[in-house]
Amino acid sequence: MFPSQFDYHRAASVAEAVELLSSLPDAKLVAGGHSLIPAMKLRAAQPSALVDIGRIPGLSDVSRDGDSLVIGALATHAAVADSAAVRGGCPMLAETAAAIGDIQVRNRGTIGGSLAHADPGADYPAAMLALGAEVTAVGAGGERTIAASDFFVDILTTALADNEVITSVRVPCAAGGAYLKHRHPASSYAVVGVAACVGMDGGNVGSCAIGINGVTGKAVLADAAAAALCGGPADADRIAAAAARVGDAFDEPLGDLYASGEFRAHLAGVYTKRALALAAERAG
Amino acid sequence: MGRYVGTSVKRVEDPRFIQGKGRYVANIQFPDMVYVAIKRSPEAHARITRIDTSAAAAMDGVVAVFTGQDFKDGGCGSLPCGWLVPDTKVPDRPIVVTDRVCHVGDSVAVVAARTPYIAADAVEAIEVDYEPLPTVVDARGAMDEGAPLVHAEIEDNVSYHWALGDQEACDKAFAEADEVVEVELVNQRLIPTAMEPRAAAAQWDAASEEMTVWTTSQNPHPIRLLLSAFTLGIPESKLRVISPDVGGGFGSKIFHYPEEVIVPWVAREVGRPARWVATRTESQMTDSQGRDHVTVAKLAMTSDGAFTGLDVETWANQGAYLSTFAPLIPTALYITLLSGNYKMPGVFGKVHGTLTNTVPVDAYRGAGRPEAAYLVERLVDLAATRLGRDPLDLRRQNAIPKEDFPYQTPVAFLYDSGDYDRLMTTAADRADYAGMRQAQAEARAEGKLRGVGVVCCIEASGPAPSAVAGSLGSAVGFWESGEVRVHPTGQVSVFTGSHAHGQGHETTLAQVVADELGVPIESVEVVHGDTGRVNFGMGTYGSRSACVGGSALVRSAEKVRAKVLRIGAHLLEAAEEDVVYDRDTGRVHVKGSPDSGKDFGELAFAAYTAHNLPEGMEPGLDFVSFYDPANFTFPASSHICEVEVCSDTWEVRILRYVAVDDVGKVINPMIVEGQLQGGIVQGVGQALTEIGAYSDDGQLLSGTLLEYAVPRADLLPGIEVDRIETPSPHNPLGVKGAGEMGTIAATPVVANAVLDALAPLGVTHIELPLTPERIWRAVQAAGNGA
Ligand SMILES: Cc1cc2nc3c(=O)[nH]c(=O)nc-3n(C[C@H](O)[C@H](O)[C@H](O)COP(=O)(O)OP(=O)(O)OC[C@H]3O[C@@H](n4cnc5c(N)ncnc54)[C@H](O)[C@@H]3O)c2cc1C
Repeated sequence: MFPSQFDYHRAASVAEAVELLSSLPDAKLVAGGHSLIPAMKLRAAQPSALVDIGRIPGLSDVSRDGDSLVIGALATHAAVADSAAVRGGCPMLAETAAAIGDIQVRNRGTIGGSLAHADPGADYPAAMLALGAEVTAVGAGGERTIAASDFFVDILTTALADNEVITSVRVPCAAGGAYLKHRHPASSYAVVGVAACVGMDGGNVGSCAIGINGVTGKAVLADAAAAALCGGPADADRIAAAAARVGDAFDEPLGDLYASGEFRAHLAGVYTKRALALAAERAG
Repeated sequence: MGRYVGTSVKRVEDPRFIQGKGRYVANIQFPDMVYVAIKRSPEAHARITRIDTSAAAAMDGVVAVFTGQDFKDGGCGSLPCGWLVPDTKVPDRPIVVTDRVCHVGDSVAVVAARTPYIAADAVEAIEVDYEPLPTVVDARGAMDEGAPLVHAEIEDNVSYHWALGDQEACDKAFAEADEVVEVELVNQRLIPTAMEPRAAAAQWDAASEEMTVWTTSQNPHPIRLLLSAFTLGIPESKLRVISPDVGGGFGSKIFHYPEEVIVPWVAREVGRPARWVATRTESQMTDSQGRDHVTVAKLAMTSDGAFTGLDVETWANQGAYLSTFAPLIPTALYITLLSGNYKMPGVFGKVHGTLTNTVPVDAYRGAGRPEAAYLVERLVDLAATRLGRDPLDLRRQNAIPKEDFPYQTPVAFLYDSGDYDRLMTTAADRADYAGMRQAQAEARAEGKLRGVGVVCCIEASGPAPSAVAGSLGSAVGFWESGEVRVHPTGQVSVFTGSHAHGQGHETTLAQVVADELGVPIESVEVVHGDTGRVNFGMGTYGSRSACVGGSALVRSAEKVRAKVLRIGAHLLEAAEEDVVYDRDTGRVHVKGSPDSGKDFGELAFAAYTAHNLPEGMEPGLDFVSFYDPANFTFPASSHICEVEVCSDTWEVRILRYVAVDDVGKVINPMIVEGQLQGGIVQGVGQALTEIGAYSDDGQLLSGTLLEYAVPRADLLPGIEVDRIETPSPHNPLGVKGAGEMGTIAATPVVANAVLDALAPLGVTHIELPLTPERIWRAVQAAGNGA
């Protein structure tokens, strides 16, 4: 497990990181290193240079801004899981962060790295979609925000340009959310992860969003299922009927030794049912 | 007797392991050392049409690049197989291939470089052209008409056929049977996954022409023998093999591997010390793997439940080459165990050892015995279902009664001792079996899928009487050596041919010797794993270290005691019959007057000063014994497990796990419990999570720990371990093996519990591991929309 040779640069600021990325061919950002370094050790990734953003000041803050949370790109999974602001404003996000890997992974891995890596089995993407989060990134042309629904493009592929650096993520607060995952017994990534958001309007479901990762190459929104739940009470029958429609969201389910695409789709239905019930209960 | 044996002395090796002070092969470091890396085949079967090493050789920091031809020309012999059943066809297994690769990971070329990074870069720079050949990966499919041949000269891919048992009695049992249950099942391939990957280091002394090899081996002496006689060709007198601290083996580190030859050969060739440490990926891909049987079997019985016959046919995947002990595992360690713990007159089994384009298969914790236990214990459960009987009850009915020991099975083994009924009733009491069944009925009434599994399993441990092993195909003997050297101060060094790679021998063997001599355990040091310090030894596997290695030490300690007693009598000016050796204190004193005696230390000193020894006695106090066991030992176990299967995600949750084992006399209860717990977890891994799988074209699908699921702590609740003891009558310690029993029983008990849980849905069989998807599919196939 020896990576091929690479140069190492430590960026002192986002601007410097962008500049290094723009000038060095095949350079890659490294944050927590918990996706990139394993890939380099397997020589699946062979960047010519690493630009380490891990010590740029100010990028790991987690704070509340009105009805949103602003989470710095370098916030570790552990920091998000433990943040009082997140637990209070968006318990589902804390639940998602706490479900990632093991404690070592959560202490090193960052939200920016997880989103940029866009692993099909990563936990954050479903939550980002369901919550309607926005990613803020800085590139050579300045800063822009990208809606989560535009951000995830394909397996391990995002809307980021090669020289763009995620600086923060803005996540709308939501009380009625739940994230549940079926852990892969080997990797602990999500075989299926379902993030459900439910907003109540009187006795009826006023809004609903369901993000699902693990099943397809990129995380998806199960819009048909979410729409089916709206406009009526969140009772068991209606939840089951809604969950039965998650299959519409999957073009080509992925399979591996542990779980075929067909079984993942089955699990997605099961977990959607559970997550919706929990989210509705939390929504009160 | 005995201050230490039977007590949970804390492991003396743990402080160094816990503090990161263990010394592993990867810690061996020399100035000027070269790092070895190996170019491995990405193809499962291919002809090599071109190897170009020039770019690699030209890289800065690369010291040398070698191909298979270099090793051949340089005098390296092929890897031998150390166990041959009659008419075994043994494919040639070169250290580094020259023209054809036979499995993914086969070694193709070797780099020595200044750093491991450069070595890895150079390996990438080696260009190899492959012309792919057809592949076969399936144990049974390998024998199909028209299947591609792994080795052109070996017809039908059959390395050997082997059979054992009383076929006539078996046929008769089926002819007269009231009921017959049948099963076809797979013992899937497992990847051993020791915490420490394999490694080798070597230093060549050009002046003395002495080679020192450090290797992650469970048995350094046999490795030296094979290196000397077959592969490296350096005389044993000039070859020292050291297995320092080794981080787990589970069988996979018994065997002689190519890298153990490559590294010393390179060290001598380049004139610099050399080291290779497998990456995790290399370990997954090249360590010998376990199990991989396809079996068709049937069990005959009378209508009142007496088992009368068992007929078994197994196809055992041996991989592309025969690893060191490969043919032993599915023959003399598998078919011989098919009688289980039961009285059954007509047992007959046959096995076909087949070659495929996969990594070699050899012993893995349990080795043959788990395969047998899973088969027998599944059949017994199917029989219970057929007869409408409680599975525990049916087992008790058929268990060999304790008054029948020693018990001769129809498949060669003579079981030494046991009390299977007590084992099962102890487990049932401990688990509250009746309560579990009650709770199951209530859970089922609520629509839950609750299951209870019960097994009674047998193991043959402590191999082996050498003559018996020889008659069954072994090229070596299976005795063990043990030396007890008392120093002039009364300190004791114990040299054992057993090797510890996690088992705690430095503690347990010290307990044994301290008690034999009556000295404080702190004064006993256990030395192992170095052919330069231990005269010879056969190493550790098959749960043999206490039974065989411990017994050798008892014999040597007896010789020490006898000599000390004679010296004591002489110094006390008493007749030998009038003095006693007090094994509580190590003192020799006149019978009846403990005060007039001599301490162990004084007597040891006297042995070395030799100023005043009995007439004709040689000075010194150092004895070696070679202990050849009279028989295997036969541990047994009864485990009970309670599970619940989730009726939508189809995950299995183990609610309780109770293990009652009989491993004979116990030297250190804490260590035995640890062995059982660890073994059980590994067995549960086979039952629930571990999938060693190849694609049809021979690609390893479970090549990293992202895919291959070794069990984690959260897979099981706390395991409740208890024991009964029926001492083995034929070794001086009364011990049986403790290292593998847990693994053997755990797989079938979990499988039985899960299938019991699914019984209301009409599911009778699912191949291991019982993953949610496999359960989901089985439930659907049984006609339940889910
Ligand atoms: C054993 C193990 C188990 C794991 N289990 C899980 C799991 O269950 N669920 C889960 O979701 N994840 C899991 N992970 C992945 C983990 O969460 C990673 O930490 C995360 O995916 C990547 O974050 P990082 O900071 O480590 O990124 P890095 O590895 O440093 O980088 C990953 C990629 O993102 C890019 N990048 C990093 N930061 C930025 C940025 N600010 N802007 C733009 N690009 C950036 C890098 O260039 C690189 O391409 C696991 C990892 C391991 C090693």
